[in-house]
Amino acid sequence: MQALRNIREWLFQLRGPEHGEIVLVQRRIFILPSRAGVFFGVVLLLMLTGSINYTLSLGFILTFLLASLGITAMLHTFRNLVGLRITAGRAAPVFAGETARFTVYLHNPTRAARYSIGLTRRGGEVEFVDVPAERSALAGAAVPAVRRGLLSPGRLTLYTRFPLGLFYGWSYVEFDTHCLVYPRPAAPGLPLPPVKASGGEGASRGEGREDFSGLRQYHPGDSPRHIAWKAAARGEVLLTKQFSGQARAELWLTHTLLPDHLGLEDKLSCLTRWVLDAHAAGLAYGLELPGAIVSVGSGEAHRDRCLEKLAMA
Amino acid sequence: MTALRGTLSLRHAFWLTASVALVAGPHAARVPWWLTFLVATLFAWRLYLARTRHPLPHRAILILIVLGASGGVYLHYGTLFGRDAGVALLVVMLTLKLLEMRTPRDAMLLIFLSYFLVITNFLYSQTIPTALYMLACVWFITASMIGIHHLQGQGRAIEQQLRTAGVLLVQSVPLMLALFVLFPRVQGPLWGMPADSQRGATGLSDTMSPGTLSSLSLSDDIAFRVTFKSPMPPPKFLYWRGPVLWDYDGRTWRAPRSSISKLIYEAHNNPVVYTVTVEPHGKAWLFALELPASLPAQSLLTADFQLLSTRPVSSRLRYEMTSFLEYKYGSSESAATLERALALPPQFNPRATALAKDLRRKHATDRALVQAVLTMFNQENFVYTLEPPLLGGDAVDDFLFKTRSGFCEHYSSAFAVLMRAAGIPARVVTGYLGGELNPIGDYVIVRQADAHAWNEIWLSDAGWVRVDPTAAVSPARIERGIGAAVAGATALPLFMQGGLPFLRELRLSWDSLANSWNQWVLGYTPERQRALLTRAGIEDATWRTLAALLLGVSSVIVLVLVLFTVRRLRVRVRDPVRLAYLAFCNKLRQRGLMRDAAEGPLAYAERVGRARPDLARSVRDFIGLYVDLRYGGDAPSERVMRLKRLAREFSP
Repeated sequence: MQALRNIREWLFQLRGPEHGEIVLVQRRIFILPSRAGVFFGVVLLLMLTGSINYTLSLGFILTFLLASLGITAMLHTFRNLVGLRITAGRAAPVFAGETARFTVYLHNPTRAARYSIGLTRRGGEVEFVDVPAERSALAGAAVPAVRRGLLSPGRLTLYTRFPLGLFYGWSYVEFDTHCLVYPRPAAPGLPLPPVKASGGEGASRGEGREDFSGLRQYHPGDSPRHIAWKAAARGEVLLTKQFSGQARAELWLTHTLLPDHLGLEDKLSCLTRWVLDAHAAGLAYGLELPGAIVSVGSGEAHRDRCLEKLAMA
Repeated sequence: MTALRGTLSLRHAFWLTASVALVAGPHAARVPWWLTFLVATLFAWRLYLARTRHPLPHRAILILIVLGASGGVYLHYGTLFGRDAGVALLVVMLTLKLLEMRTPRDAMLLIFLSYFLVITNFLYSQTIPTALYMLACVWFITASMIGIHHLQGQGRAIEQQLRTAGVLLVQSVPLMLALFVLFPRVQGPLWGMPADSQRGATGLSDTMSPGTLSSLSLSDDIAFRVTFKSPMPPPKFLYWRGPVLWDYDGRTWRAPRSSISKLIYEAHNNPVVYTVTVEPHGKAWLFALELPASLPAQSLLTADFQLLSTRPVSSRLRYEMTSFLEYKYGSSESAATLERALALPPQFNPRATALAKDLRRKHATDRALVQAVLTMFNQENFVYTLEPPLLGGDAVDDFLFKTRSGFCEHYSSAFAVLMRAAGIPARVVTGYLGGELNPIGDYVIVRQADAHAWNEIWLSDAGWVRVDPTAAVSPARIERGIGAAVAGATALPLFMQGGLPFLRELRLSWDSLANSWNQWVLGYTPERQRALLTRAGIEDATWRTLAALLLGVSSVIVLVLVLFTVRRLRVRVRDPVRLAYLAFCNKLRQRGLMRDAAEGPLAYAERVGRARPDLARSVRDFIGLYVDLRYGGDAPSERVMRLKRLAREFSP
């Protein structure tokens, strides 16, 4: 079995994840007749037999022309891939349970346009792109993100059947890129933890009442006076007005706030939900995880930093 | 391997329907009219569904149509197999597959069937126009196939598909030619031709009754072509001998089953040497000038000097022949044979019999009697016509004494009856007379319209002697051909009529082309292949030799093709500075120090310098110069030369 695997690795030049640019040289491209190609061969045999039996000279010519067409098509299928330069693009972070899309740049430095090149990860969705001469194109491969953390694309197959579909030419590309997978957020509706004042001053606990600073989602227990009734009357969801006091309120999302009977993954899910909710509510918040602390902040960059910590926790 | 996916667009459906319609088109005239109608309706239906984006019909409906059409085909042809019924069924199936075409895989099947349908057209016609038309069809089908496999966006414009298909086909031609010339050929048929494959071939038959030949002379189909190696004999000697008819039942002459004989004759002049290429006619006889003096391969000679092939001529056949124009043969015929040549059915043609008895009494010698009959044909009001009036039960009596106008079969039939009644052994010989010299290509075309019937009588001192009673009525027929003999007869095929010199020229050029096509493309048989190889210096080529040769030649062709297609893959970098830089980076890359896509030259130089302190200096020098030249405004040529030299001499 090991020997078989070695042969396979040698044959298909499987050398694990690669860095940088992959050039599709001849040794990296494999080509086999497709199912349609095999069927085409059978049809040609039938035609040849018929031509012999009926002494059809034009039948011979047609059969031979089609056979030659098959060979020419094989060369063109090969040519459709050879010489392409492949580099890995960015993969936008996703939440566990979603599908990551790894992008791959296909650069065609040659003067021959390439058509209908598919990128897929074994059995997944296929995306077809054309790469005009001396231009680049972007293809994507969908990879399901099952678990949080770093997701590597694995071995991607770059293939083509162009022009006639009689041959299947392919090449394997495996990049050392990763996609960040955030934990799957817990179901919405989880109330945010209470806000604590910064700097240890107990005086103005809770939201200040001086300056209106924004709205956040309503949580049971909020004072009815702070509910944004106008918005509610417009049929929107219940929102609570927030006011920043002199002492800036700080929301700390800490793993210890969650009950102990939850496992780590469940806790991370809940924290992820909090981060998302807090961001949506426009709150300033900090994140505390075992071994990692993100100080209080707000905005998208801050949210992404928090989510990254959660992914890598 | 990922399976073919995706759905077919309206465009695909349209082009595929058009391809199938193009290929099936020529069959429309060959299948029953109701089938043509059905198929046309189905085409229209398919296009309507594609246009309105309605779903395709349920499979049960299609099965019903298949069953109905198959039943109809069976009723019409009496079978579901054989050439005609098979083609009819294939056309129906292909059209129905169009109505069931949902996925690219269906479309591929349809395309393969279309290619197959192209070949069925060749069962009926292999002329140059057919070949060109079918080439266009193949081009179209291939373009449709490309469309199916172009899966990006809306696919390609049809012109682009056609161009790509054209490129593919043109690039396939050299290999196709190699395969055509060198592929080891086997003489067909492998399992026997279906009986209907020669249906409708015009030509002589082994019977002759009034009207047989005159209907044949309405056809300008070619019977055979002849190339003379020795000088061409004058027209009056161009009697191409075919079936010899002995037995007369009062109306129809028939050829008996003849015994096989040897070539026994006396020749009186030099032989004529020529090559005959006979069109397939489904019968056994071969044609040769009187008197045949040699036997082609796989042929026999009957006792009455008829040349027979050992199997029916089902494909175009070439053979070398030798003939003597002045000869003597058959002087020692047996009594039984002569008796057969005298037999006449009783009760028929009483007046002709009486005339013969009368002539016998008047003339002492056989020769004088023959002369008297020919004089009668010549002097009295006998007419040579393509449109003779109908004859009654006593056909010869009616002809000789009432209508007096007829074609060669009437004259030869009447002559033979008169001779037999007068006691001179006689028989009817059918075949062709004359032929047209095509100066373009220098060969003679003999058409069905040249069909002729003449007589042979037996004289004790001379054996069998040819007598052509038609010559007595219409000497022009013998000297100048059928077109001159019945000038102005509009019933004759246009090409056979006299006059119209321009048309004649055009027709001869065309036939010359067709002849070359027949000889070199359609007539490329195993024998021809062997002859060609022998001429190329390869004697006794076995299939092994051929296979080896084919492999060699096709490898060379494929190699050239690879070089040709890969030629356009070379990357064009014209800037020498950039070129030197790329070469430099490539050398480092081979040492495992690849430049990142986003890495600038200076950062790269720094990184390389850290990884390989030994190279730091040379790399810095090179990169410094490179940055100067690339970003520093002008680039004097001596510095560029220096950069190129540095790149060349750099060896990490």
